[in-house]
Formats: sequence, structure tokens, C-alpha cells
Amino acid sequence: MLTDLTLTEARDRLRAGAITALDLTRACLDHIRAVDPQVRAFLLVTEEQALEAAEAADRRLAQGDDAPLLGIPLAIKDVLTTAGIPTTAGSRILEGFVPPYTATALERLFAAGAIMLGKTNTDEFAMGSSTENSGYVVTRNPWDLERVPGGSSGGSAAAVAARMAPGALGTDTGGSVRQPAALCGVSAIKPSYGRVSRYGLIAFASSLDQIGAFGRTLADCAALLGVMAGHDPKDSTSVPDEPPDYTQALTGDVHGLRVGVPREFFIDGIEPDVERAVRAAIEQFAALGADVREISLPHTRYGIHVYYLIAPAEASANLARFDGVRYGPRAQVKGMWPAYKVTRGQGFGPEVKRRIMLGTYALSAGYYDAYYLKAQKVRTLIRQDFEQAFREVDVILTPATPGTAFRIGEKIDDPLQMYLADIFTLTPSLAGVPAACVPCGFDAHGLPVGLQIIGPAFDEATVLRAGDAYQRVTDWHTRKPQIAESS
Amino acid sequence: MKIERETVMHIAELARLQLSEEEIELYAEQLSQVLDYAAELQTLDTDAIPPTASVLPLRNVMRPDDPQPGLPRDVALANAARVIDYQFVVDAVLDSTSS
Repeated sequence: MLTDLTLTEARDRLRAGAITALDLTRACLDHIRAVDPQVRAFLLVTEEQALEAAEAADRRLAQGDDAPLLGIPLAIKDVLTTAGIPTTAGSRILEGFVPPYTATALERLFAAGAIMLGKTNTDEFAMGSSTENSGYVVTRNPWDLERVPGGSSGGSAAAVAARMAPGALGTDTGGSVRQPAALCGVSAIKPSYGRVSRYGLIAFASSLDQIGAFGRTLADCAALLGVMAGHDPKDSTSVPDEPPDYTQALTGDVHGLRVGVPREFFIDGIEPDVERAVRAAIEQFAALGADVREISLPHTRYGIHVYYLIAPAEASANLARFDGVRYGPRAQVKGMWPAYKVTRGQGFGPEVKRRIMLGTYALSAGYYDAYYLKAQKVRTLIRQDFEQAFREVDVILTPATPGTAFRIGEKIDDPLQMYLADIFTLTPSLAGVPAACVPCGFDAHGLPVGLQIIGPAFDEATVLRAGDAYQRVTDWHTRKPQIAESS
Repeated sequence: MKIERETVMHIAELARLQLSEEEIELYAEQLSQVLDYAAELQTLDTDAIPPTASVLPLRNVMRPDDPQPGLPRDVALANAARVIDYQFVVDAVLDSTSS
């Protein structure tokens, strides 16, 4: 089946003329029609535009154009703006919003020949770890439809896992690409903060947000990142350095690579099956000739405290713009201030309101020093932990999550329990360093386990090389959920 | 630390969020829970530690001062609930009965 091809395999066949972009795109759209009524990964399928783009890609292919993603269909998280195509951020407050411009990362992918299949579901404004906070629909995990796909990029992760798209885009503020990748058994990378332009990414926490890529292999993610990365004059936090060729970095060789295993990530509360699979993956690196050693990241346990002050504080400021004046539905209430309050009270869902409240509190007079400033100082300690560690090692391996996919509804009423689902992905986000997730096994229920690979700032190349080398000698990433067979 | 309902209502006012009675009760409880958890940070001595606002070494990013066309006015206004003469319209601020 065409939908079984990885992104890299599809690209090679498109270039060789063995398949056409139109056939591949049609196969994805047919598979979405067959599978997505159960998974609910997509908020919008842009079939007509996708078929047009596929025909255009085939014309370019026929002319010998070798743009890096020519003819590759992708699923796009619905927090990235797409000119002329509705973009909701998973929120009712943006229902009906049609952006006037396209995110820079997407413009680059489209210029490289990629085809958008549609917009995928997300926790509202990317706030959540299960995609249950979407204002529209609950996405289900393709491995077990009674369980969550993780979040917030749950729609994109589920779309790739169920073979509805060979690749997808997500966004990651505290783990929103890596955690759903782990729970859905797909590969993903969150690049360093500053590597990919955030222009057109609807902001959640501006000092943390990054666009990341999903694929079935980390080599697929490297191909997507290579196109998206690089300076953008429209985002002053995108760094000026020229990114390396990530695909070239995939040598398959990790001999002598210094691999750190932080003891603070193997804590009480981690599921035994997860620890077993991750430990086995670390052994695999040693077998490949890597130099594995235990390290310490002493402030790891404070990551959750710091994150759940800084991210809501930044969110409360960013989400002030949603007032029903310039976009989105507006409550029919007399008076400007009452209209703001009712528009926002009705438009935002419970988790977004909770975080706006928390962030407003942490920034308010009398509490700023005790909460927000304190969190920023401990953020420095967390960064220093990583700087110290990367003097001794090249990459760090950890579990991506403490557990596998949980049941729908299991944590939705307990915010603190939900926040703990991200405990292992928060600190790399706070430090701004790149981190990937690759499948490394299954638990006793047949649910995927993810390995997190963390690298020094702006060294995505080493992270990708390590993960790709692991995938060359393992087959976890080739496993396929039952639902992906139906068509 | 218990967050009182008056504090929740004050924060909601600052954030311009209309909350129901149930939400006020729920958030009072849940914010207390999350902030109690966050209080653990106070056990760390950070007096000599500078805060991190951004992980990037970039400072004072400038772009060339080349004028570029912005969005056309009708495109920029296309999503607005009310527009008059190419301007976003809100209700009168000073007439409003609530703060």
C-alpha cells in the first residue's frame, strides 16, 4: 500500500517516477476517509487543495525538479496559520477564523513541494497532554481507541501512526511533539529554541514554543526539519546561523558517541515496562559502540514547577489578544469590557481558563517575585544542568514519558496528574535544547514506549544521527497499529 | 496556601474572564493545589542566580530599515466582528456599566 511508504521511501519513488504525487495523495485521502471517522485526527481535510497541489507537484516532477519534498503529503497541526484556510488552534474562540497569511515553516515546506492534507486536532491553544482539551473533538490513539494519543499535537501523531500521512507538523512548548510521538509510537523532533521560525505559530508560551516534525522514522523528521530550519526576518528569535544538512548527518555511526543517562529520570512512578524498554534501548547504544555513562541533572524535579509558572504566565499575556474584536466570534453583550469578558469566558475552554488564571496570578502585583521571577531563576539552574552535562556527553537518553497512553477521561479532572505526563519533556524545553523521540518497545498492553534523545543547543544533527543509528538496527518504528490495516 | 474566592474573582477581572459560580469554586481549589505544588521552589536558594527570560544569546535584534508593504486593509479587517470605515469597532468604553 502507498500509505505504508515512509516519507523517505515515497520521496525516492516519486523522484524515480515509480509513483505519482496524485496517486500518493489520493491514497492518503482514501485512508483518511476509511480510518479517521474512528481516530478523529483531523479537524479539516483540505482535499481539493491537496489534489491540486499534487497535480502541480507531478508537473514539476515531470520537468525534473528535485525540490526536497516534492509530492510529499503532510498533516499540519491546526495552530499553524494557513492563508485562506480556517485555523482554530483547537479553540472555539477562533471558530471561523481564516488567517490572512501562512506560517513561515509551512511556506518553506510548500515551496519545497510538500502537500497539505489537512489541519490536525490539538488541545486548545496547544495546552494539554491528551488532546482531550480540544474545543472540537477527542482524538483517539490508533493503538487503542479507548486511550488518548497524547498531546497537544495528538492529531498529528495519530495521523502518522495510523498511516494517514507519511509526515506531520506539530508544535512543542513542554513536550507537545515528543509526548504524543511516544504515546502513538512514531518518531519526532523538537528542534532547539530559535532553529525554526515561529512566525504564524499561534503563540502559547513565546520563550518555549517551537515547531517540530513527526515521521515514521527520524530520517523522515530530518528531511522535514532541514526544509523548515533557518533564519526568518519575521521572527526575531530565529537564529541567524545557517543550519547544517541534517540528512547528510545520518551516518549510522555512533561509535564512541558519549551517551549520558541521567539518574533523575528513573524515578518512582515510572511504569516498569517503560523503564525496561528504555534500559534495553540504552544497552543497544552500548552494543553499537557508544560510550554510555550515568550523569546527573540535579534540578530535573523542579522542571514541572518552573514550567507551570512560566508557561501559563506567558500564555496569559499572549491570549489577551483574543477579545472578539479583530477575529473570532464576539458575544452579543452591551459595553466593551463586558463584551470582552463574556467573549473570553464563553470562547475559552476549562484548561485554557485555568492557565490564564494561574499565569495572571503568577504575574500579578505581590506575587511576581515569589512565583514568576523565582521560576525564571530556577530555569537558569535547569539550563546550567544541561550545559554542565554536555561538557561530558554528546547526547542524553531518557524515557520520553513516565507511562504509556492512558485512558480517555482518566486524568481530565485532575490537572496536576495530567501535568505529570510531561515530566520528562519539560526540562529540555526550559533549557531550549533539541530533543527527539523514537519508539523503543511496547508495554504489556501492546502500547508503544518512547525513548527521548536530548542534545546540546543547535546540535540537532547529533540527536538525529543517534536516533537514526538506533532505528537502523531496531524495528519498533516499523510496527503498525491494527486500525492502519483497514481501508 | 488556600486561594480565596475573592482572589479568584480579582484575577478573573484582571484577565477579563467571565467565570461561572462553579468555575470560581473549581479554580479556587485547583489554583491552590498547583500553587502549593509550586511552593516547593522556595526551598532552593536562588539569591545569586540571574533569571532566564530567553535561552538565546541574541540581544537587540534589528532588521534593515527597508519599508515593506503590510497586509492590505480589507484583508487585515476581514475577520473582524464589526468594521466601520476601515476601523475595528467596539462598544463605547466610558458608557459601560461594569469596570
